[in-house]
Amino acid sequence: MLEVSLDNFLFRALLGGIGVALLAAPLGCFVVWQRMAYFGAALSHSALLGVALGLVLGMPITLGVVLVCVLLGVVMTFIQLRPEVSRQIPLDTMLGILAHAALALGLVLLVFIDDIRFDVNAYLFGDVLAIGKPDLILILVVGVVVWGTLVFIWKQLLEITINDEVAAVEGVSVKRVRFIYMLLMALVIAVVIKIVGMLLITSLLIIPPAAARRIAHTPEQMAVFSSVVGVIAVLAGLSASVQWDLPAGPSIVLAALCLLPVITLLPGRR
Amino acid sequence: MDSTDSSALISAHNLRVEINKQTILDNVSLQIDAGQIISLIGPNGAGKTTFVRALLGLQRLDGGKIERRPGLSIAYLPQRLSIDPAFPITVERFLELSTERKDKPVGAALEEAGIHQLRKLPMQSISGGELQRVMLARCLLRNPQLLVLDEPDQAMDTTGQQALYRLITDIRDRYQCGVLMVSHNLHLVMAATDQVICLQHHVCCTGHPEAIAQHPEFLRLFGQPVDGLAVYTHDHDHEHDLHGDIIKDA
Repeated sequence: MLEVSLDNFLFRALLGGIGVALLAAPLGCFVVWQRMAYFGAALSHSALLGVALGLVLGMPITLGVVLVCVLLGVVMTFIQLRPEVSRQIPLDTMLGILAHAALALGLVLLVFIDDIRFDVNAYLFGDVLAIGKPDLILILVVGVVVWGTLVFIWKQLLEITINDEVAAVEGVSVKRVRFIYMLLMALVIAVVIKIVGMLLITSLLIIPPAAARRIAHTPEQMAVFSSVVGVIAVLAGLSASVQWDLPAGPSIVLAALCLLPVITLLPGRR
Repeated sequence: MDSTDSSALISAHNLRVEINKQTILDNVSLQIDAGQIISLIGPNGAGKTTFVRALLGLQRLDGGKIERRPGLSIAYLPQRLSIDPAFPITVERFLELSTERKDKPVGAALEEAGIHQLRKLPMQSISGGELQRVMLARCLLRNPQLLVLDEPDQAMDTTGQQALYRLITDIRDRYQCGVLMVSHNLHLVMAATDQVICLQHHVCCTGHPEAIAQHPEFLRLFGQPVDGLAVYTHDHDHEHDLHGDIIKDA
């Protein structure tokens, strides 16, 4: 029986995992709707550079990750606005170049860290069982910020998802909303990296919404259902991890993966 | 058309747009007044869509300027509106999304546009012609001062096009909004329009439909005089709506 106490590492892992699932799901819906899975992957790959920068410069790692993700997002936006560049190099190629440049730079920088306690695996694959109380507070704060902001820009984001030019004509400040959304993505990646690791962040962003699509009839339903799918995946994945001594992050992702066909095979309304 | 009088909703002065060092728009001016339907015609690649996008502030200008009446509300129907299949949204929700003030129920707008039966359907499951009507219903909800349509008739058969043009004229009559419409369909455009502008990177000719139809520049571009004004104005024995039901004309 699980001991319900913040002093229990398993209980902390559970809380952290649930928090992260609730964070990733609604943002992940937009990743799926706007076909930005590759953008999400690019951002999360560049997160390792943030980790390295944080360690080298002695600033909080979360801050480093957020800064690098935001920087990458700004560079991408800038390139998109330069037709002479974006016409010759396709967007996904450009994303791949930037993401892997950041990843390579991060891996090189990590050589200069001589802290023997540093374990790069924790950032590549996540270490949900090592979540401490400060991490929980961070997840809670980021959660409040992300959900609060999302509620605020939700309608505008939906309009942009339908058609950004129509939204612009109707008075939505498309660039500002997109920038805010990118900031939220950077924040979420910075906290999700602790749970499932850099390599698996995208899966937590896109698998729950993909599963929820089948049973959702409105955008809001899809956001809620994908949050539920994410939470179930965290519960199942962590249980499996404890039961059979499996790595926690990958187990969570595999649990989400198992839910995908189950929900897809549910009888739909039509 | 160089001077703007106070009745103008929006006016473009000597617009110039270059894309890839090619001049797409050259010295194009236009003024749209409330209650006026202006049609923009021209061959493929003449810069019609570029002009519309420039007028809406979606295209960077290389010259000229655009004046808008302060606080002008615009509704825009782009040439294509493809909604990702992964985005779950019904027609009803799509319409609700656009309304800031709930002073008009969605149901009434659907009724006006003749598409009440589509209400609960996913946006991705309706046809091109139905989508245009949904977009028009959305415009009705927003009650815009200016309605801009980029080839609204492309996905329709002739009957559907006639119904659509009638709907657009109805909307204009009822709400006294200005309408700018891009079209390929010369016959229908000619009949449903107050002013026709023929574009080929520059404004070839402009004026009332009857005058334009005989204009030498127009004839050069389109080859033959348009004698089909009757397509829209001839007497019908009966008419069909979008669903094939016979409409009793008043």
